Amino acid sequence: MGLLLASAPTLPDLVVFILGALMVLGGAVGVIAWRNPVHAALSLVLTLFGIAVLFIEQQADFLAAVQIIVYAGAIVVLFLFVIMFLGVDRTENVRSEPIPLQRPLAGILVVIMVGSIIALGAESHWLTGAKSVVAPTTNSFWNINELGRVVFSDYLFAFEATGALLIIAVVGAVVLARRSGAATSEEALPTLEEDEFDDFEEVER
Amino acid sequence: MSIPGSWYLVLSALLFGIGALGLLVRRNVLVMFMCIELMLNAANLAFVTFSRTLKDIGGQADVFFVLVVAAAEVTVGLAIVVAIFRRRHNAVADDLSSMKG
Repeated sequence: MGLLLASAPTLPDLVVFILGALMVLGGAVGVIAWRNPVHAALSLVLTLFGIAVLFIEQQADFLAAVQIIVYAGAIVVLFLFVIMFLGVDRTENVRSEPIPLQRPLAGILVVIMVGSIIALGAESHWLTGAKSVVAPTTNSFWNINELGRVVFSDYLFAFEATGALLIIAVVGAVVLARRSGAATSEEALPTLEEDEFDDFEEVER
Repeated sequence: MSIPGSWYLVLSALLFGIGALGLLVRRNVLVMFMCIELMLNAANLAFVTFSRTLKDIGGQADVFFVLVVAAAEVTVGLAIVVAIFRRRHNAVADDLSSMKG
């Protein structure tokens, strides 16, 4: 763990990092602690903004902008739409525990996992590996040039695959969430038939 | 001298742990999805940290792809939640046990 304090950072960097870390961890604890899903979604926004702050602190400005636009602007809004649409914004009964000892076991497992991740990192001096395998980052403030060049050259196949993935996801979402179709009529038919049957019986009587 | 990469990696591990804890503990499917987002963000933070300390733009390109996959995953996942809610009128993971052997 000596490497943790190997070099003293400057004060502005330290302040930004601590603020970003507090936003990230506070929002994350809020996500799992709030009983109301709407509050959890708003805590998620806080975490995402904290991550964006830490991206800017590490000279990943384009990714910070994309993080805010895509996550806070699209994904969290989608979450909120679905929460409002379904009307599940009531508080969850956190007392009931269907699987016995689920919470203590989950806590123990997570502590073991995080502890071993940190221990493995400290053991292997955190950052090892070859420098600049794909392409070097420049020290200039805007590294969007290299990012664009790499995405459209070295990662071109992955980029095309993400395009296909997005199309498939949109089509899948439309198919799954469509209202008319076999799923709803299948559910509605039995009750309808019983009601009609009762009506007929009453008429006959 | 900027912040050492190890601080970011510890923060990323903590964020991943909180997300995993929420995924194991919470029962509302929507909140479980949010916890998956927390874990993806922890991975993104680690990617950017490695990108900075190893001076390699590939880490940032990976974050780009993780963002796309997260968007696709949330889209399909929420559509499944909507479809389940239409049939069962709740979104609690423990009640979805009809495929239990």
